[in-house]
Amino acid sequence: MKYIDEYRDERIAHGLAAEIRQLITRPCVLMEICGGQTHTIMRYGLDELLPKEVELVHGPGCPVCVTPLETIDKAIELAVRPDVTLVSYGDMLRVPGSSSDLFRAKANGSDVRVVYSPLEALKIARSSPNRKVVFLAIGFETTAPANAMAVWQAHRESLTNFYMLASHVLVPPAIRLLLRSADNRVQGFIAPGHVCTVMGCQQYEELVSEFQVPIVVGGFEPVDLLEAILMLVRQLEQGQAKLENQYVRSVTRLGNVPAQEMLEKVFEVTDQKWRGIGLIPLSGLRLRPEFSQHDAEKIFGMAEIHVEEPIECISAQVLKGLKKPTDCSAFGTRCTPESPLGAPMVSAEGACAAYYRYRRHKALV
Amino acid sequence: MCLAIPGKVLEISESSGLRTGRVNFGGIVSQACLDYVPGVEVGDYVIVHVGFAISKVDREEAERTYQALESMGMLEGELPPATAEDPEKLS
Repeated sequence: MKYIDEYRDERIAHGLAAEIRQLITRPCVLMEICGGQTHTIMRYGLDELLPKEVELVHGPGCPVCVTPLETIDKAIELAVRPDVTLVSYGDMLRVPGSSSDLFRAKANGSDVRVVYSPLEALKIARSSPNRKVVFLAIGFETTAPANAMAVWQAHRESLTNFYMLASHVLVPPAIRLLLRSADNRVQGFIAPGHVCTVMGCQQYEELVSEFQVPIVVGGFEPVDLLEAILMLVRQLEQGQAKLENQYVRSVTRLGNVPAQEMLEKVFEVTDQKWRGIGLIPLSGLRLRPEFSQHDAEKIFGMAEIHVEEPIECISAQVLKGLKKPTDCSAFGTRCTPESPLGAPMVSAEGACAAYYRYRRHKALV
Repeated sequence: MCLAIPGKVLEISESSGLRTGRVNFGGIVSQACLDYVPGVEVGDYVIVHVGFAISKVDREEAERTYQALESMGMLEGELPPATAEDPEKLS
């Protein structure tokens, strides 16, 4: 497997780390947006391979983690209705709402089902015409086109028992918010490779010129990430701010145009609340009015609610790169993947779960 | 759930008006919607996310990524339960 070796070859990785070490003259703080990238960094100990001048902080790119508490509570409220079948991705079942979670609702007899694809949710709606099938649809730009297609298909097939409870989030507005905040420490970003596969990297050109911040689109392998970090360090050392694409084998400037067209047909951009972060203007997607018969919040007449985050959970600062999971007093004790206080400990892509899986022994000694 | 997994397109058909492929992910065969990758043909490798192909990749890239994900234990929950339908490996 020469190709695997190539991207995970220790010598190449050490070579890249050495090059970074040679190049760097001052400290810098870099953020990887995507939770998948966070996992690679932790799994392979890339942060420990890097010179101490490079500090990696972990971004909000975990869709499960940023789904608002209110959406979880609404999903539970729908799930307990006797006429509703609530369908979602597996990770969502254990995410704590304000007082319960979907897994508990299921254990108490609610019809809650896990799917791998939105098209399976459609299948359930087709085969259960007497059930109201609500799909809890979450995701970044990578997932949103799939969710959009489910609604498009339901509309096309006149499936009147298929509804979507949606929580979609967009990456560029979140980066903008981080860069505008007074306490921002991030000097360069690794943009998420699969979001950019769909949306193209052109979206990030504006951010680079607006904030004069280096952004490199990165892949998910150890060597991908080290290369992206090297590209960022090189830019910072040379006083440059450019958009560069490290993940050329998947990402083009324009991205996946048919997927973008479907997004545009089904959704419109809206303000969106992010769990732990708050409302970010124009950072979400909602169904266009012509699809309102599939909009769960409208059809079930759900009132706007506001729920406070648990006080002990510091996920807000973790998601903004201000704190590390191990800075939390509950980490690994009162908050574990089995009994999570906040979403970053639940999802496989959450930063707290990554630290728990790969670093907890270190953190707890 | 945000992972994108590479697989080989074994067969293309139409299902409920969508261009649908039977895709082999390292021995697990599953359906994927191909509407977002109109140029893809049987034998091509695609990156699939929540049942939708989002890009076409070459074979080496597909094998490399699949094995990397597998070794990181990141595939759990991303694919339907294994079926014995097609034991053929990625290649």
